[in-house]
Amino acid sequence: MPAAPPNPTRISKRFAELRASGELGLVAYITAGDPSLDTTLKFVLDLAGAGADVIELGVPFSDPLADGPTIQRASERALRAGTTLVGVLDLVRRTRRSSQVPLVLFSYYNPILQMGLEKFASSAAAAGADGVLATDLTPEEADDYRRILAAHHLDTIFLGAPTSTDERLAKIAACSSGFLYLISRTAVTGAKDAFPEDLPALIRRARAVTQLPIAVGFGISLPGHVSVLGGLADAAVVGSALVSDIENATKSGASPSAIDAAAMALTNRIRGFREAARHGLSRREVAP
Amino acid sequence: MGTILPSQTTAPGRFGPYGGRYVPETLMVPLFELERAYEQAKSDSAFQAQFQYLLKNFAGRPTPLQFASRLTEKLGGPRIYLKREDLLHTGAHKINNAIGQGLLAVKMGKPRIIAETGAGQHGVASATVAAHLGLECVVYMGTEDMARQALNVARMRMLGTQVVAVDSGSRTLKDAINEAMRDWVTNVRTTHYLLGSVLGAHPYPTMVRDFQAVIGREAREQILAAGKRLPTHLFACVGGGSNSIGLFHEFLRDANVKLIGIEAGGRGSGLGEHAARLAAHQGFAGARPGVLQGTYTYVLQNEDGQIATTHSISAGLDYPAIGPEHAWLADQRRAEYSAVSDQAALDAARLLSRTEGIIPALESAHAIAGLVERLPKMSKDDLVILNLSGRGDKDMDTYSRLL
Repeated sequence: MPAAPPNPTRISKRFAELRASGELGLVAYITAGDPSLDTTLKFVLDLAGAGADVIELGVPFSDPLADGPTIQRASERALRAGTTLVGVLDLVRRTRRSSQVPLVLFSYYNPILQMGLEKFASSAAAAGADGVLATDLTPEEADDYRRILAAHHLDTIFLGAPTSTDERLAKIAACSSGFLYLISRTAVTGAKDAFPEDLPALIRRARAVTQLPIAVGFGISLPGHVSVLGGLADAAVVGSALVSDIENATKSGASPSAIDAAAMALTNRIRGFREAARHGLSRREVAP
Repeated sequence: MGTILPSQTTAPGRFGPYGGRYVPETLMVPLFELERAYEQAKSDSAFQAQFQYLLKNFAGRPTPLQFASRLTEKLGGPRIYLKREDLLHTGAHKINNAIGQGLLAVKMGKPRIIAETGAGQHGVASATVAAHLGLECVVYMGTEDMARQALNVARMRMLGTQVVAVDSGSRTLKDAINEAMRDWVTNVRTTHYLLGSVLGAHPYPTMVRDFQAVIGREAREQILAAGKRLPTHLFACVGGGSNSIGLFHEFLRDANVKLIGIEAGGRGSGLGEHAARLAAHQGFAGARPGVLQGTYTYVLQNEDGQIATTHSISAGLDYPAIGPEHAWLADQRRAEYSAVSDQAALDAARLLSRTEGIIPALESAHAIAGLVERLPKMSKDDLVILNLSGRGDKDMDTYSRLL
């Protein structure tokens, strides 16, 4: 196991606070630049204000092969609006002027690789990002990436999946810092009705191999999902549901009133999840 | 000339710096399982016997190596032999790999296969093998390609395959692969992804190459029998690169055999106008090493790492990345790559039709055009094998419109 980073990031601090309070955390994903980077800044601040514990900023990519239709469309809108990785890093910098909410860059690998690992890591750290998750990068291909990001005190978050063996989960956790992101189902991103039956077993398998906080994502769209995760996980990741809220509110254009409506929808959804998280069993209550 | 074979230099799945396995975690264990199943199949005599039986009796191997006498005479240069993969069942080399992977799917107990297709030849091959082996089959195809390869769409449906229209991005092969990967991530426990080219994550580039290497093994024997010597040049078109690597592989050690891959030069050299990944020396813009759809290789992309749209008259060559082994062969200068235009390919298709009585697929027509453009650098002593990877039935709409 690699040593924990010398300076714990905002992510680790937030999860430590959550563990102390026994409350389920909320990780909110939105695609940066949908419909513009200026509005994303507003959304990030509103999400943080409404109680999101960690915010994942999706870096739009032309070929999002792990994403369902909702995030595919958001990525297309963001790219049409001219969003680049440089622009997203600038958004991080602007966010830091007024918020200390933990920020994770959620990207496909190629945009990071094209910027150059060293330049990306130094820019992301200087802008005030806390961690990075590359969807199509697993520990096997990530030696340089991990070394360089760690040198800049950025958390490297890797995905664990239902198909991962115990041995792999251990390896993924050992390569991760900040938290471990567990994919709830074999699927692309997107809203679903129910959790798969083997999810609690997957979370237990992960718990057995790591002390890291565990966030569960993919398919979480209803307060009920969040309640179920209380007592099992450390955090729930909500993504496509929020992206849908933005899409629905801005369908006929990103006017100031449409942006306000989108922000209201995001705020309400996070508040609803926050309530559900409080009413669900906390991890501490059911821990043996 | 490079005499170092990529497979001897690096870890499995790496060709120099290229290749690898860049996929969402959900697919990692399935890829390990596939790699294991494939390694076992290599030494499984029952598997190999069934593979050889189907290649011979279902697909129609060996394919002839035909001396193209009138084309040779017309061009007035090297002696030209055609490796007639177009004569295979379903009309292209794609069936070789589809049979191999179809048998693997059965061996792994996966009742369902999915595939992507550009020109439709891999889709038809997959649909055919699925029907023959009793597997369920779903093929993803861009709507742009469905329109220009309508015959192949009808063939797949006749064979009982579900063809899913992909209307995202450039609505071509790249987008079909994205959609197939989304299906695979979702249904990975029951489904084998029958990838059609030497692309994607390890073990695909190696496995697909091995299934296609029969082309070069046969051609080498055949040319030694017919010409009493090794060829001086091999020509093949390169989309993802499966027919070309299939021909080249057996000749990699023969340092005096020039390996020439022909890419799609489309309608111009600007980004978005072509699908030439390894022809920067001809002025084609936009290719740099990067990661796309599971592998590290040359990719047409913009400064921000967003994948470029491509254009080619040929649906099978209309793709922004190239198989990682080709990237390595190009870096090592063991193979040469150049691109020809849409118009040159059309002219070449007409030339072959009228000199040899063979209507080639638009993809294979690129290889012929590449040969024609290289004639000034060749002599009568040269001996060429050109891989005629597919037949032109599927392209008759385009030909009758444009010729």
